[in-house]
Amino acid sequence: MTKVEAVIQNSKLEAVKDALHEIGVEGMTVLEVRGHGRQKGHTEVYRGREYSVDLIPKTKLELVLPDAMVEKAVQAILTAARTGKIGDGKIFFTRVDEAIRIRNEERGEGAL
Amino acid sequence: MFVLERGKLIGEEEPALIPKLSLVLLLLVFTQPLLPQTASPSAAPTAAPTSDTNARLAKLEQQAADAKSSADNAWMLTSAALVLMMTGPGLALFYGGLVRKKNVLGTMMQSFALMAVITVLWALFSFSLAFGPGNGFIGGLHHLFLKGVGAAPDADYAGTIPLETFMIYQLMFAIITPGLIAGAFAERMKFSAMAVFMILWSVIVYDPMAHMVWGKGGLLNAALGGRFPTLDFAGGTVVHITSGVSALVCALYLGKRVGYPREPMPPHSVVLSFIGACLLWVGWFGFNAGSALSAGSLATSAFVATHFAAAAAAAGWAGAEWLRSGKPTTLGAISGSVAGLVAITPASGFVKPMPALLIGLIAGVFCYWMVAVVKAKFGYDDSLDAFGVHGAGGTLGALLTGVFASSVVNPIFKDTQGNTLPSGLIEGNAHQVVNQLVAVAISWALAIVGTLVILKIVDATIGLRVSEAEEIQGLDLSQHGEDGYHWETPA
Repeated sequence: MTKVEAVIQNSKLEAVKDALHEIGVEGMTVLEVRGHGRQKGHTEVYRGREYSVDLIPKTKLELVLPDAMVEKAVQAILTAARTGKIGDGKIFFTRVDEAIRIRNEERGEGAL
Repeated sequence: MFVLERGKLIGEEEPALIPKLSLVLLLLVFTQPLLPQTASPSAAPTAAPTSDTNARLAKLEQQAADAKSSADNAWMLTSAALVLMMTGPGLALFYGGLVRKKNVLGTMMQSFALMAVITVLWALFSFSLAFGPGNGFIGGLHHLFLKGVGAAPDADYAGTIPLETFMIYQLMFAIITPGLIAGAFAERMKFSAMAVFMILWSVIVYDPMAHMVWGKGGLLNAALGGRFPTLDFAGGTVVHITSGVSALVCALYLGKRVGYPREPMPPHSVVLSFIGACLLWVGWFGFNAGSALSAGSLATSAFVATHFAAAAAAAGWAGAEWLRSGKPTTLGAISGSVAGLVAITPASGFVKPMPALLIGLIAGVFCYWMVAVVKAKFGYDDSLDAFGVHGAGGTLGALLTGVFASSVVNPIFKDTQGNTLPSGLIEGNAHQVVNQLVAVAISWALAIVGTLVILKIVDATIGLRVSEAEEIQGLDLSQHGEDGYHWETPA
């Protein structure tokens, strides 16, 4: 099993969600987050005073997938989330040892 | 003959009465020849219709006066409500949105507390100190506990409305004025210290200033024989200079907020400020047009001047920052409208529409410069720009009133024969600018000295500032045990 964490533009959430549903991804967790990579934020001006906002609002998706599905899911995210401009985000992978469904204590990939 | 004279007199005041009066005259014409036919030809019956007509005319005059009084009173009660709306929710939202999230309730509570506290003071003695008969500087205790304040008008102030209406209208000004100062010490003053400061400030600075400018026998009163007749229609000196200058003194005395200017402290909700500013704009019609103290054409003139200045100033501020930093901001536009409303306040009942536009435009650009350039240069932490907008805009407005005041709009100065004299500099009365300067100097001096004394007293007794830990925690929790927003609390 693999955990896929994708940090994407807020505006791309619906597109990514739809693309993942299309290839059969059944569950996901979505978080509103703030952060920055190379894109260094923007400036806001209030009554002539400048404030630089370097932590930008982003959306983070967390999916835990059977290994067979990972590549398809990654392609779906890459296609749906890309604008080609700086700030499109990143995808991270982590190996997952175990998963348990709380309702019936089912384990392994069947719990996903 | 007598009837005709009376008719002419009333007709001048109230054109709508002419049809009614001609009816009475017609009645008179028809009843005169009829009566002798039915009655015996003695002296008594011919005298009867004359006295009857006189009685009816007297009744009609009374009804006309009552009608005018009702119309004026309706507008003045509406205006009083509009001015209260400027403090809560107007000012509370305007300031509340400008502070950080953790201080939103503490800031709104400062405005609201004044609605309660100043009202009580006003009822007990403050109205008397401001508007009771006294000397050139302060009223006496003639109206202590509102003694003698009832349905009867006071002809010196407003001859057509109950003195009680005048009292409640003026109270709303006394409430909002100290509320404006709160913008300078936002996010760092103890609630207890704020309450004591405001009570003392209202009595030591506001009441005397209101008496000097608007009270009978006041040193600066233009209509009731002051030594330096000052044109201040709705409170450029009394409200905005006193509060704005006191705000600067507070900002300097209290010092900066923890972390200022290193940490960013942007407004937590320009949306709240936006709603507040729009409520202020609408409420200001009660503030300025209501200061005509009647519902006639002077109120209209002040209403128009007020609106025009606010519009021009919004464009001026937003335009200036557009040129300087590339974008016109929402906060700039609404701040500009408030600056224009401040500047037109003393002038509103004296200037024509074109000077009103000009005053607004100048105020918008000038206050933007004060806030964006001057404040940054000197480094004082006037957190919400109470000085930059009210102190600077009020001073500008008070001086420009002396320049643009027009005797066509408001024939305030008359010679002993009752002929109208010129009002402002543009009409040739250069001396008026000097009088305005005197009033500006007196209000600056009173605000500086009064505020410093009060701050020293409160600082030495209960202390002014919250502790650093409380300031970091925020006023909402540390002063009131509440949190303004619970949006993330689980259901």
